[in-house]
Amino acid sequence: MTAGAKFAVGALLIVGSVGYLMASGIKQTGQYFLTPGELSRKIAVDPTFYNVGMKVGAHVVRGTVSKDVATQTLNFRISDGAATYPVTFHGLPPDTFNDSVEVVVEGRLKPDGVIYATNVLAKCGSRYEAVPKA
Amino acid sequence: MTVLGNLALWVALLLGVWAALVGFLGGSRGRADLQRSARHAVFAMCGALLIAVFAVEWALFHHDFNVEYVAAYTSRNLPIFYTWSALYAGQKGSLLFWATVLSVFGSLAQLFTARRHQVYLPYVASVVGTVTAFFVTVMLFAANPFSRLAYTPADGSGLNPQLQNPGMVFHPPMLYLGYISMTIPFAFAIAALASKKLDSDWLVAIRKWTLVSWLFLSIGLVLGMWWAYVELGWGGYWAWDPVENAALLPWLTMTAFLHSVMIQEKRGMLKKWNLALVIGSWLLSIMGTFITRSGVISSVHSFTESPVGYYFLFFLLFAAIASFTLYARRLPLLTAEARLESMVSREASFLFNNLLLVGVAFSVLWGTLFPILSELVQGTKVTVGPPFFNQVNIPLGLALLALTGIGPLIAWRRASLPNLQRQFALPVTAGVFTGLVLLLLGMRDFYALLAMAIGGFVLATVTQEFARGTRARRRQYGEPAAVALAHLVGRNRRRYGGYVVHTGIVVLFIAFAGMAFKTETEATLKPGQSASIRSPYGWTYSFTHLGISQFDQLNRQVTAATIEVRRNGKRAGLITTEKRQHVDALGRPTFQPSTEPGIRSDPLEDLYLVLGGVVNGTEEAVFRFTINPLVWWVWYGGLIVVLGGLIVMWPGGGSPAVKRTQAGYAVRLVEEGK
Repeated sequence: MTAGAKFAVGALLIVGSVGYLMASGIKQTGQYFLTPGELSRKIAVDPTFYNVGMKVGAHVVRGTVSKDVATQTLNFRISDGAATYPVTFHGLPPDTFNDSVEVVVEGRLKPDGVIYATNVLAKCGSRYEAVPKA
Repeated sequence: MTVLGNLALWVALLLGVWAALVGFLGGSRGRADLQRSARHAVFAMCGALLIAVFAVEWALFHHDFNVEYVAAYTSRNLPIFYTWSALYAGQKGSLLFWATVLSVFGSLAQLFTARRHQVYLPYVASVVGTVTAFFVTVMLFAANPFSRLAYTPADGSGLNPQLQNPGMVFHPPMLYLGYISMTIPFAFAIAALASKKLDSDWLVAIRKWTLVSWLFLSIGLVLGMWWAYVELGWGGYWAWDPVENAALLPWLTMTAFLHSVMIQEKRGMLKKWNLALVIGSWLLSIMGTFITRSGVISSVHSFTESPVGYYFLFFLLFAAIASFTLYARRLPLLTAEARLESMVSREASFLFNNLLLVGVAFSVLWGTLFPILSELVQGTKVTVGPPFFNQVNIPLGLALLALTGIGPLIAWRRASLPNLQRQFALPVTAGVFTGLVLLLLGMRDFYALLAMAIGGFVLATVTQEFARGTRARRRQYGEPAAVALAHLVGRNRRRYGGYVVHTGIVVLFIAFAGMAFKTETEATLKPGQSASIRSPYGWTYSFTHLGISQFDQLNRQVTAATIEVRRNGKRAGLITTEKRQHVDALGRPTFQPSTEPGIRSDPLEDLYLVLGGVVNGTEEAVFRFTINPLVWWVWYGGLIVVLGGLIVMWPGGGSPAVKRTQAGYAVRLVEEGK
């Protein structure tokens, strides 16, 4: 085998493993990113969407935020106009969280209709334009 | 002043277009008068843009809140330091900053390019003119920093508190300098393609520029990590956020280029690949600006809110098609002068390094764009987060790290077995030894162990190289060790500076591996109560909440909690962590409260304390206590990388071409200088 052919084998090996790592990575860690409206439509046709880890992007419904600092529990409702879901979250919410922001909620919708969030990301709508973050 | 600013922008636009046209014509027709005119147009454009920057700063410092940009990003009580930096706090100002810096770099390239590379300069002026004209166009038609409001607010909205941090004053310009300076190598690459002068000369002309932009990007990335760590309060420094990825992508491809360029210089191979890397890196840097500025990734919908996104998308497509068309037409001129002779050679290891770097870049690009792609293809958005990037990039990164040690030890062309034994015996032993010791000490994370073992191997290769070089000089010239080492580095800056960079990269990897052992706990504490956490080194830390204090400071109201730290029962100092509520000049709250983590850093581990909130009206508070092992080394690893980069590009080292032709002459000068 010439050096060129050997190199081609090595290159294929690298390209192949990059491809494999990417494909398996997406399969194992990819999460649906839905709006509440999309989620309610999916749930209606396919109940297996309960208990699946996903991200839901929506705005917080004004006046629905209740915060118990002592137990670190945060309850609020999110909506995109088409559907509304209650969310419950344990932990420290981000600085920018309040009842008028866009949020991305990471968690699972349980059959009781509540999204149990493991993470809440907030985007401050009015003044936080895509600021270079890193 | 806004009239002056607008006028300056229009003048800059006309000059940019003029430089673009005349530079190209002057180059292709060989007309000296047109070439001179293009060169002067670049200088004048730079002057006009500097006037525009002056006009913005004037408006910022005079609190001219009738100017929308001033009202949107500053306020009367904003510290001066940040008022100045508001130039690049928002989109419109950043565009002006971009265009201005590019014109400055463009002028420097016109002034300081060696005479034998001057054939390229008219085309370089043309490319710089085109890109600058694009940015000025976006400003004039979509995002004018000088646009005025219909009324004059009494005060501005102020600067986002998260940007009121020293890291944010320096991080964006560093990153931008990195992005922007990439345009110069790109311009030289296009010039080489357009003029058909495709010998390795153009490579020499751009090597320093690529290093400059690589160095700025490196500094920008590390500063960004530092800012995220000390300001955002989530306890880490890298989250694989699209904006972070956007900066990492051109860094990866440029790193690949800085390696493969050596193969072209030594062996005349990889010409097509190198040109593609330069063009690709530049496109990625424009894409980085586009992603940070348009918000396209966070939501496809926010894209349509500002027309700026469309301008960038159009420009990106135009630039990609134009440059790759030109590239494709010149392919016949880019044949390799040599072939790969052996798999076990420096060339082959550099090729694998390039494939891995580009593979990492591709997976990061894919993961970053995946939400958009999946939405376009499937109709449902699927996102991937840090688990994806870690899963893919940790193995690839470790393979790259190993090559960092392997590459420099293998001979060019073809390595022999005795050569391999001589080079690898010691480093491999060192690597295995490192891994075993850590295993015995109780470290059980597979990737972390692997990273440390490979790190030990690479550090041993670097030490071996320095030791052998120094010994050889001592024997040959009889110099004392320190002098021999200094001369060794001074005479071969590229090689030994490169080793220093590699050392920095190893330190960074070891620091990244430390994060595998991050531990944290959350607790609600009344004054006097405490929480405890066990550190990965086996110590038990206890954190006692001493109380809350509230006070006013500059433009904010501060709520601070003081924590007493004890390690294994012994007092280890106090740490305070704050919640800050920024206020306007009348004392009314602006923005959301921001968190100021309390950090105590040492080489082994960081204590990272965050005040989550205070239970209404009492001193009871919620805390998050985090122990981050080895974070200290991230900043010093970054510093070593930058130092290495500076050694490589320090002037006077001479380019290889100069060395070849003037070697004898240079030696004589050195002798006479003694």
